[in-house]
Amino acid sequence: MSTIRCDIVSAEQEIFHGSAQMVIASGEAGELGIAPRHAPLITRLKPGQVRLLLENGEEQFFYVSGGILEVQPSVVTILADTAIRAKDLDESAALKAKDEAERALANRADAMEIAQAQAQLAQAVAQLQALEKLRRSLKH
Amino acid sequence: MAGAREIRTKIKSVQNTRKVTRALEMVSASKIRKAQDLMRASRPYSRAMRQVIGHLAHANVEYKHPFLIEREAIKRVGYVIVSTDRGLCGGLNTNMFRKAISDIRAWQDKGVEVDLVCIGQKAVQLFRRLKVNMVGSVTHLGERPQIAQLIGVIKVMLDAYSGGQIDRLHIVYNDFVNTMTQRSTIDQLLPLPPSSDLAGTHAWDYLYEPDAETVLEHVLTRYIESLVYQAVLENLASEHAARMVAMKAASDNATKAIGSLTLVYNKARQAAITQEISEIVGGAAAV
Repeated sequence: MSTIRCDIVSAEQEIFHGSAQMVIASGEAGELGIAPRHAPLITRLKPGQVRLLLENGEEQFFYVSGGILEVQPSVVTILADTAIRAKDLDESAALKAKDEAERALANRADAMEIAQAQAQLAQAVAQLQALEKLRRSLKH
Repeated sequence: MAGAREIRTKIKSVQNTRKVTRALEMVSASKIRKAQDLMRASRPYSRAMRQVIGHLAHANVEYKHPFLIEREAIKRVGYVIVSTDRGLCGGLNTNMFRKAISDIRAWQDKGVEVDLVCIGQKAVQLFRRLKVNMVGSVTHLGERPQIAQLIGVIKVMLDAYSGGQIDRLHIVYNDFVNTMTQRSTIDQLLPLPPSSDLAGTHAWDYLYEPDAETVLEHVLTRYIESLVYQAVLENLASEHAARMVAMKAASDNATKAIGSLTLVYNKARQAAITQEISEIVGGAAAV
């Protein structure tokens, strides 16, 4: 019986590596069943199950929260996402990163103000001391 | 004996310092292994990614994604700076920042503006004091960084690139060579530099679902994300390695300091005894 090599990997770990009779996944355009010698194909995956029909007839399930499915005649590669991804979720993550930076920069403003105030204070103190000296020298 | 007592307190305090540095050293030594495991675990993904992109680059000739096209005029560049959250890791951050800043200065001298994204507390602390434009940051990734924590900062930069605000994107991080060596590295993320991995010979094209543009966009975004993630992991391993080495040096220095202090202490003690004896002898002679 012919089999197809299947690799399921995510950015954080290798999930499955081995051969299968058939790989069943839910692609963006619909359910896909990949048998050996399938035409080269590349598609995005919808969040859902990936079902593998192993050589010994057993079935194995994996859950993927999206990703990419690449098919070559003898290899199927699934690049699974580890996190749940959606456009608006990504947007909010980006906004959060921007906010964080702005907050860090806002703190800078505080630090600068403090530094500026300290410099002014030092100047004022120096002026006072100079005046004091002048006054003393005039008295004598 | 007053001098001797002071020296003894000093010895005690150095001994306590040595206890702390020893503990930090051992903690880092165990964390290096975990960080390396993480690095190893994430490798198959980026390898598979590279293969897919290599096939795509050769299979699909009629459509070129903006991430792959070199822009002629560069008006603004982006940097992703990957640093640690904590200090006490020798010159790791300092060396990297020096390299990054000299690179940034070189761009600024040419009249090119620079946008920054900072990962890690140390980079945030440094770059908010400098005259650069920080557009995003993320800190406190912990011992097991996850790609979900990085999506935000990466998206800020990818959007800026797609929107034409920046024309180039670099990443700065410490490459983990081995425990003794970490190399501060600047890599170009966008446009994706052509590499030998991306070369392949294919006469066939894929079936694309839904279409080539969407799929390519998706794949390239994920690829950039995996590159940044990998850099973060490399930097994490480097952090622990550098801390271990720094703490080992500190412990050795403490041992040396204790040795010389003990010598001084013994001399002071002996001098005190000698003085006492001579006083007693002098006193007895007087009687």
